[in-house]
Amino acid sequence: MPDATGLELLAQELREQDDGGVLATTFFRDKAAIHVAPAFVPATLAHLRGKGFRFLASVHGLDYFPEEPRLGVQYELLDMSAVDRITVTTRVSTEAPHVPTVCVDWPTANHQEREVWDMFGVVFDGHPDLRRILMPEDYEGFPQRRDFPIGGEPILFTHNEPRLPGWWQ
Amino acid sequence: MATTPRVGYRELEDSIDLSHIEHPHEEGEAELLTLNMGPHHPATHGVLRLLVTLEGEVVRDLVPMIGYVHTGIEKTAEDKAYWKVIPVVERMDYLAYYFNAMAFCGAVETLLDLEVPPRAQYLRVIHLELNRIMSHLVWLGTGALDLGAISVWWYAFRDREEILDIFEMSSGQRMHTRYIQVGGVFNDIPVGFVEKVKAFCAAFPARVDQILDLLSKNEIVVQRLRNVGVVDEERLLEYGVTGPLLRAAGNPWDLRKAAPYSSYDHFDFKIPVGTIGDNWDRFAVRAQEMKESVRIIEQAIEGLPEGPYITPDRKYALPPRHELATSMEALIHHFKLVTEGFRVPPGEAYYPVEGPRGEYGCFVRADGSSKPARVHMRDPSFVNLQAFRDMAKDHYIADLIATLAMLDPVLGGIDR
Repeated sequence: MPDATGLELLAQELREQDDGGVLATTFFRDKAAIHVAPAFVPATLAHLRGKGFRFLASVHGLDYFPEEPRLGVQYELLDMSAVDRITVTTRVSTEAPHVPTVCVDWPTANHQEREVWDMFGVVFDGHPDLRRILMPEDYEGFPQRRDFPIGGEPILFTHNEPRLPGWWQ
Repeated sequence: MATTPRVGYRELEDSIDLSHIEHPHEEGEAELLTLNMGPHHPATHGVLRLLVTLEGEVVRDLVPMIGYVHTGIEKTAEDKAYWKVIPVVERMDYLAYYFNAMAFCGAVETLLDLEVPPRAQYLRVIHLELNRIMSHLVWLGTGALDLGAISVWWYAFRDREEILDIFEMSSGQRMHTRYIQVGGVFNDIPVGFVEKVKAFCAAFPARVDQILDLLSKNEIVVQRLRNVGVVDEERLLEYGVTGPLLRAAGNPWDLRKAAPYSSYDHFDFKIPVGTIGDNWDRFAVRAQEMKESVRIIEQAIEGLPEGPYITPDRKYALPPRHELATSMEALIHHFKLVTEGFRVPPGEAYYPVEGPRGEYGCFVRADGSSKPARVHMRDPSFVNLQAFRDMAKDHYIADLIATLAMLDPVLGGIDR
């Protein structure tokens, strides 16, 4: 892992590229994380790729409800030769949930960004095929958001068919 | 939901845009056929749907469609206390339950900054490696079945039964054992466990060789696997592929060696790697991995340290049963743990482990309460599936089945 000093050096290099891009850094349990503005994500990942972080292990979303901005997207980067990990995170609001896609440079992000869209409703601008991936195509709502209730789906059995009239239409 | 506007079924079908998979037939070009495989297909190893574009019998394009067994496990986990999340995450990749539990418990232990006793670490390693062998045996049996060799299935599942019996001995369950707990393991191993594992370790390498004798010199198997589904290391890395698939292409990345967790650095084992990354290499790498796992288990059984099997910190681990009758404090701890569960300080952790299919990385966000605010499993099957198009492209459709078998996806892990 880059230590706390290494993390600040990386953040400083990124700040030289774009002063407002890097919002904060955290170093928690020996794990470095850089928080950047949504528009600055591709540039950050490209810069870190130059530093050896060539493998994008995971892209996942999360919902910080009730904090604002609510939605978060995290990119887990891995440097296989130095055995080093770093997290890049960004936060967007539910009103304007737009993050530029990274799946041109990192093809692995394709399905994972689709999953974040599916579950949290984060729109990845420029994604070639941003469709729902796990939920049905006609599904409404984003089930992993924290204000989405558990158990709200009516499940169709023979005994409750009369109570859900017209379901077959 | 009651508020959803009702749309006619046909209308719904028409609303799906298929233009990205339809191929207009032009003069001078071969005619392409789009074929739907699955979701119910015996060779797709679960509920995987593939839209395959064929030119004659050759695969020209392929789109995997997933989500048929999505059960919202990550959402369910947010509604449960930390220790109650373990059984639900185990059901994600149903062939690698110890790995799911290990990734989740590791993430929670990172958040808690909790020390795991050495005996628990060794017991975890023994069960993780047994689970790896078990998962590879299912792969070997079903993979050979897809190539038309049914006997291998019986041999592989005979040995898998023995491993499941061992799991039953230590935890009472054959699958989804809930053995790995936050801070250690569920219980110490029972009398007779060590002998049983030793007997298995003594017998198993020869049995792998028996199975390999059936397959590796079989002309049909060799021709079906050699030089089929080649994807080079660079492309696999772009797709985020890890595990045996990446090692088959010559990259020796293995978290057990690269970033040892749970005392993996105490054991002497080798990492099998392939050369060109075809189906044969994938087959050979997994077969050798089973033998290396046996070596790890033998060393862990030999060097099993004495001591507690779970952290002595009563804030996180249940007190021993006999103390409940004599100690008021133990009773209070027991009551708090069972009713509310333990609280985890706010923070975020990503904990990767090397599973039978690659990197299982569990991301957990804690908000200070006794329930996780987010649990995400980076499942290798989900990520690896993206490389399938490159593997199957420009090969016969029969080879697509073989390649899918050697990709070894588990749909429970893909859809979660």
